[in-house]
Amino acid sequence: MRSSNEYARRLLAEIKKERKEISLMEVCGTHTMAIAKSGLRSLVPPNLKLLSGPGCPVCVTAQSDIDAIIELARIPGVTLVTFGDMMRVPGSTSSLVQEKAQGADVRVVYSPADALEIALQNPERETVFLGIGFETTAPAVALTVEQAAALGLTNFSVWSLHKLVGPALDAVFADETVKIDGLICPGHVSAVTGVKPYEPIVGRYRKPCVITGFETVDILEGIYLLLRQLSRGVAEIEIQYRRVVRPEGNPLARAVIERVFVPAEADWRGLGVIPESGLEIREEYGTWDARRKFAIPTRREEPNNGCRCGEVLRGKLTPDQCPLFGRVCTPVEPVGPCMVSQEGACAAYYRFGLDADSRGFL
Amino acid sequence: MCLGVPGRVEELLPNDKARVDVSGNSVEISIRLTPEVKVGQYVLIHAGFAMQIVDEAWAHETMALLKELESYAQL
Repeated sequence: MRSSNEYARRLLAEIKKERKEISLMEVCGTHTMAIAKSGLRSLVPPNLKLLSGPGCPVCVTAQSDIDAIIELARIPGVTLVTFGDMMRVPGSTSSLVQEKAQGADVRVVYSPADALEIALQNPERETVFLGIGFETTAPAVALTVEQAAALGLTNFSVWSLHKLVGPALDAVFADETVKIDGLICPGHVSAVTGVKPYEPIVGRYRKPCVITGFETVDILEGIYLLLRQLSRGVAEIEIQYRRVVRPEGNPLARAVIERVFVPAEADWRGLGVIPESGLEIREEYGTWDARRKFAIPTRREEPNNGCRCGEVLRGKLTPDQCPLFGRVCTPVEPVGPCMVSQEGACAAYYRFGLDADSRGFL
Repeated sequence: MCLGVPGRVEELLPNDKARVDVSGNSVEISIRLTPEVKVGQYVLIHAGFAMQIVDEAWAHETMALLKELESYAQL
């Protein structure tokens, strides 16, 4: 049996034969991290560009939504429960971590099931879980809402910031000023959705799609398959990550999303308002919808602090091209969400740089 | 958040739960979305819920293209 390192070298040798100017985009925070960590950008030829798209849930959350959840945390009697990534994301004037320091009850959990437990143990308080993420986390949150309903637990609710990958991809590819030749599709989102979200990308935009895993060798294979499609002049959906992704995804997970949520208009950082690109809790589960429970007005405005996350998320700018990058904006004092989240393109660039030589891969 | 981690199912528990081994840590997760999973199989876990069963038959899929690459080398 050959080592995967040897296989990776072979793939890389094939990839290096490419002479055309080609830009490939990934839309998954885990790919962003994996590519940065492995130093792949410095290993592939300079004519092959690897761009990060709108695949980090924290990064694509609009400033107005960040401000709204900070308002929510300030309401007396509310316990706000969230995944850790959201804590340090700067709103217009504060962040959840600052609110917690000033006495707000903000807690970090790994699973929405933990939030349900907090609600059960604190019947005198309103526990609100911040539902964020793409189709990967939405099924877990939907199941938790169903469970709260089954228990008749009315002091628990979800503030949904969930978004769908398909409509964001459509917005990225519809922008003719950004040249993207192929899509490294997110492996874990696809484990739930299957191939469906990418049908318009191959159909309408004629761009190859490869659903790709997260090991370096997976990503190399994904890139190789995309280049092979481009050289053959075809645009198809291929699954590289077959050990986890089936063409139909996970029908049970898709069904629970549909039972609890309904697609609704959502505001994306950098992409603006996109119809039917977010998930709103259905009316029949209104008791568990924090947006219905707590009327918090949202102002739609873009950040005005020089942050260019919006352009980074559309592949228009690489993180190091932002004037704030590494100077004003660092992981310790982030200006924008792409530097806060570990899955963000700016944080990945900052942490791992562009040079792979010192990391001993290949 | 979106980070999926693989875990090996060690024990099936009541209420659609399972005890899994994630890099040496024993964790309790929900298997409601992968009800057919068996002890010994790997699952992909997101936020405490198994989202998919890992198909071991494809675990060495990365070798699948090797033959093709080798055929190029022989040209």
